[in-house]
Amino acid sequence: MSMSGGPFGGRAVISGVGQSQVGRRLGRDGLELTLEACLRAIEHAGLVPADIDGVATYPGSFAPDPGFSGAGAADVVTSLGIRARWYLGSMETAGQLGPVAEACLAVSAGLADHVVCFRSVWESTAQADRGRAGVLAGGNQEGRAPAIEPYERFAPYGALSAANWLGMLAQRYMHDHGLTREQLAQIPLNARRNAALNPNAVYRTPLTLDDYMSARIISTPFCLYDCDVPCDGATAVIVSRREATAGLPQAPLTVESAGTGLFEGSTWDQRPDLTTMAAHDAAETMWERTKLSPSDVDIAELYDGFSYLTLQWLEALGFCERGQAGRFVEDAERISLDGDLPLNTNGGQLSGGRLHGMGLLHEACVQLWGQAGERQVAGDPAIAAVGAGGGPIAGCLLLSRTD
Amino acid sequence: MEDVDQLSTISPTPPGEATPGRPAARLLPSLRPLTKDFWTGGEHGELRVHRCRACGRFFHPPAPICVRCQSFDVAPEAVSGRGTIAAFTVNHQPWLPKFPPPYVVALVEIEEEPGVRLPSNIIGCPHSEVEIGMRVEVVFEQWEDVWLPLFRPEAAR
Repeated sequence: MSMSGGPFGGRAVISGVGQSQVGRRLGRDGLELTLEACLRAIEHAGLVPADIDGVATYPGSFAPDPGFSGAGAADVVTSLGIRARWYLGSMETAGQLGPVAEACLAVSAGLADHVVCFRSVWESTAQADRGRAGVLAGGNQEGRAPAIEPYERFAPYGALSAANWLGMLAQRYMHDHGLTREQLAQIPLNARRNAALNPNAVYRTPLTLDDYMSARIISTPFCLYDCDVPCDGATAVIVSRREATAGLPQAPLTVESAGTGLFEGSTWDQRPDLTTMAAHDAAETMWERTKLSPSDVDIAELYDGFSYLTLQWLEALGFCERGQAGRFVEDAERISLDGDLPLNTNGGQLSGGRLHGMGLLHEACVQLWGQAGERQVAGDPAIAAVGAGGGPIAGCLLLSRTD
Repeated sequence: MEDVDQLSTISPTPPGEATPGRPAARLLPSLRPLTKDFWTGGEHGELRVHRCRACGRFFHPPAPICVRCQSFDVAPEAVSGRGTIAAFTVNHQPWLPKFPPPYVVALVEIEEEPGVRLPSNIIGCPHSEVEIGMRVEVVFEQWEDVWLPLFRPEAAR
């Protein structure tokens, strides 16, 4: 049962996970990857497609740019012949994990028994060498910047990428809190060490601090290794109503809490304190909904679309004091697989591939089940924190294994 | 606005005269009713930012309601064009073929309202001299129907 009650009263659990082939320029269809992940998750949970009665996904089929979405909720309903009693495909939610939190509500309320939640990307194939910003560079039909936040205000100044938007914020944080590039480097270096033990990771060759410090700069202070690697791949998790999991093979993982807050408006540049993000709002709501606390957490899987975002999540979730994330991670041992707080244990997105938040949730579940193979954290981790998103986008989850 | 007299000293870059580092092309904003004043005020030498007449505070991006006091009595208003750099990055990645790096992208906090920040480029000084807290002033760069607010070091005038 739930350790804490929490917002879902212990009724929402994760019963299985699955991941498609993951890689660079696989040349495979986004829906095909999506279905591969969903079917693997359904099988892992000990279910068949006919058992699935809910579907939830971020961002849905309306992607802002090519490859950002491999499939919508309805595509999966149709393809797998699912009789969905509840479904959702949305980008306007608590980040990439928002639909998972919504699915927890749905099963808690009895709207569905088993919801397949997925996130699929095929950016590596769809965007080829140009990257997302390169794809947007042509503008809209009038050849102008898309009239949506944040592009409308940033694109005229050549700031087409989150590398620019977040580079500014990271540099302000460095100015205010004394973060160094050597400290920031610990996030990609830790990721690469862990990726070496993950057969599905995109980049597994050793990475040194010298490599990092001499890498080409993308947008100060970010070098190449501070930016995650676009890939093709899909991830799925099955959110189930606890009562519906009797007899299933995996010990149900309780979703103890979900962080879904947004207190400061949805911009990348107007938040009163430029050294915090929506992650702080999400984290605050996650902890206020549970009796658990940061010191209970055994492993952390924290979004690393850019290295700096992981530092933001560490602070937001209370693993260190405000402004202290650089000092927290400079002791590389602390965040290693053998450390006090193993972090991004599969290589994250920096080395594992940009699976956009859900890859981190997948890894948290695998670790709690003791199914992480060579990279399995010792000591039988029982509680995991997962945070996803950057800037005004954020959501987080707290999971426990209570078999 | 108390600084209106000084606006006359800030003029748009005359057509044909290049602002330092002017790229061959920019991805221009569409002019919407809400945003038109911000993007075109430079034609009249004015940097126009939305202000609430009820609480007196500026805010950005433009919206039909004051995001602080929820009054609908809001309108664009000329500001001094002076500000400080709240954050910046030197972009080295070639996103746009006709806008080659490196260039500085910054958030400029307007003098009238700390916390109201305008994304822009910093021009007219070496990138190595750009720093957080630097005082800057607006200069406009015309592209078709858009007068883009850019910023340069205040001392460079």
